[in-house]
Order: sequence, then C-alpha cells, then structure tokens
Amino acid sequence: MGKIKIQKKDIWIDMTPMSDVMTLLLCFFMLTSTFLQPEPIQVNTPSSVSEVKVPENDVLNILVGNDGKIFIGTENKNNMNAMLQTIADKFGLSFNSAQLKNFSQESMVGAPISALGDYLSLEKEQMAEAIKTLGIPTDSIDGGMSEFQEWVKAAREANPDMTIAIKCDAKTPYKVVKTMMSELQDMNENRYRLITNLKQGEE
Amino acid sequence: MAKKKESKQKKMNTRVDFTPMVDMMMLLITFFMLCTTLSKPSAMQLTMPSNDQKLTDEEKSVTKASHTITIYLGSNDKIYYVAGIPQYDNPECVKETTWGKDGIRSVLIKHTTEEGINPVARIMKAKQDLDARKTAPGSTMTEEQYNKELDELRKGNINGEKIPTLTIIIKPLDTASYNNMVEALDEMQICSIGKYVIDKITPDDEKLLSLKGIK
Repeated sequence: MGKIKIQKKDIWIDMTPMSDVMTLLLCFFMLTSTFLQPEPIQVNTPSSVSEVKVPENDVLNILVGNDGKIFIGTENKNNMNAMLQTIADKFGLSFNSAQLKNFSQESMVGAPISALGDYLSLEKEQMAEAIKTLGIPTDSIDGGMSEFQEWVKAAREANPDMTIAIKCDAKTPYKVVKTMMSELQDMNENRYRLITNLKQGEE
Repeated sequence: MAKKKESKQKKMNTRVDFTPMVDMMMLLITFFMLCTTLSKPSAMQLTMPSNDQKLTDEEKSVTKASHTITIYLGSNDKIYYVAGIPQYDNPECVKETTWGKDGIRSVLIKHTTEEGINPVARIMKAKQDLDARKTAPGSTMTEEQYNKELDELRKGNINGEKIPTLTIIIKPLDTASYNNMVEALDEMQICSIGKYVIDKITPDDEKLLSLKGIK
C-alpha cells in the first residue's frame, strides 16, 4: 500500500503588489491629512445643507459647549502668542517661561483671566481636565468690555483678516448664543461662519 | 568540489520577504487614517444686523406687511409663525407649525403676497431651472456665473421680471436650542430666501407669546 503522497508546495506569497498598494495609500493619506486640532470639549455640531467650506487659514475659532462654556483659539501659533501678549499687557499679567511653553501647546484659550496664570502652571494632564470646568466669561468688566470681547479684540489686532467661525453644540440654549453674538455685534463683528455638518439627502 | 559550490550559489533564492514592511505600512496607514479629517466641516455664512443704535428707522428698509413672515422658535423644538406684521393684541395671528418639508417650508412656499403670487415657489422653480442648466451635458456655466444668477434670483429678478421677495424675521426665544436656529437658517437656504434676519425678542413679542401660552 503506497501512502498518498502529499505534494510539497511552495507556500510563499508574493507581497510586492500588496506593498505597492499600501505605499500608494500611505502617500495619499500623508498628503491629504490635516491633523485634528484637539478641542477642549466635545462638540456635536448641528447639520445643515450648506456646502460652504471653512477657509484653512486666518480663522478665529469660537467653540461653545452645550453648557455654555466658551473657548477661543486660532490655528496660527504666532497669533495666539500675540493675543496672549495683548491680554497680559492689558491686565498687567506676566508669565514665566514654563507657563508660556504650556500656552503654546494649547490649541484654545478657555480660562478666565483671573485663573489664567494658575491654569497655565498646571501639569499637562491636569490642564486637559481643568479647562473643561473653565471657559471665558462673557460678563462685562465694570460696565466695559467683557473678557470674551477683549480676546476677540486681541485676535483682531493680531490678524485683521481673520474670519470668525462659530462652532456650537446643537443642544446649546439660544440664550448663550444670543449673549455671545450680541457681544460680537457690539464690536461690529457681524459676519460669521457657523460650522455645521453636511446634511445628506434632503432637498 | 569547487564546481559544486558554484552551482549551489546560483540556486540561492533572491526573494526578499516583504511581510514586515507590509506590517509597518499597515500600522502607518491606520495611524494616518485615525488622525485625519478627510471631510472638512461645512459652514454657513451668517450676517447679523449691526447693533449700532445710530441707525434710524428710516434707514432700515421697510417692507410691506404681506411680504413679511415672522418665525418664533420656542422650547422643545416648537416653531410658530406669524404671516405679515404681528398684531400684538391678537394672539390668534400666531400659528404653530412643524419642522421640515410639510411644516414651515410649505408655509413659506404657499405664502401669497398681496400681488397674488407665491414668490418662494417662483424663485425655487427658477433655481431648479438654473441648476438643471448648470448640470446639463455640455454646460459651460462656471461657478461664478452660477452664483451671480443665483443672487439675482434671490433678489427676485427672474428672467428680467421683477417679483417681490419675502422678508423673514427669525426670533428665537431664550429657551430654543442652537440646533433650531441652524435648522431655521437651513430652511432659508433651501427656499432661496434672500432677505432674512435673526432678531431679538422684544417685550411686545413676549406679551404676544405669553397670551398664546408659548414658553
């Protein structure tokens, strides 16, 4: 009785085409990617049919959470630093190098001016936690401009061509939005872009 | 002996194992895929009226009553509208409607002005024609031309004929959500309404709405 001969096959698979495809994909993703800016709080934007795109540069982002906390930031680090400088001069604050370094790693400002120094002295992990409970106040200081308005003004000074993009949570009460918008209107900032998700399939 | 060695060398396999490379690529791709935002968020252009108190009533454009619709956004996603100028002593002029196609949109489309036309329906029809012309095969219309014509349509100039347009005043109550506001703006866009404004609730409005029992 002869045993059934199992043929020894070469099970080598040629990976070359696969690695070709992979390289292509990798190149595609590397070239098209813009990195997600970390945001202090999670915001679910409402959907709309509008297809206008947000410009890439010179955008002043105003982030409003569903509990009414306001954060402000721009993607240009130089402008951010200029904003901090203006605010520091105005309110007589000074920051040490560690605080400035912490600030430059942040994508958005969200602390009241009284708490800004303490906030920037925190460790990186604590900062991410702390910012969620802070937010820029919109109450006017002694009947004058509010801290929020001061920040917007500082941003305008840093870069006069900035467009204002408002990113707001869908569940935010209109009261908060109204307060913020009327403060912007008081400063003659009347054009905004509201960031929304694209709604599919309704016409 | 020497000959044998030579022949052995010839048989050596020159295949390179790509598996580790593929592994690494996979990891990199996964990393980039997770870190990217492929679709950029869309935005909505909004121009608010100036808070400047110096503007007198004469400078603000005045529109006819039948060309105006006021929309109130209430709590719990409720929406109400007043066709024409609100009569502040008559709560019956405030009507409730719903969101979407069969609600506020059909109100806007069916609204008839004193000239006896439905401007929103006419403008939407003209916009459809414009879209059809743009997407028609062999069309040479550029984005710029399209936007220019669309602007003309929104102003009420349809094929050289001037029709009156509606002015929509959106008044969200404090209890409305931001989502409601965006949805209302969306309807303006869908209905190609050129003139709309987000306004604050005045004490008169408050009185009217409380008469109607709206919070």
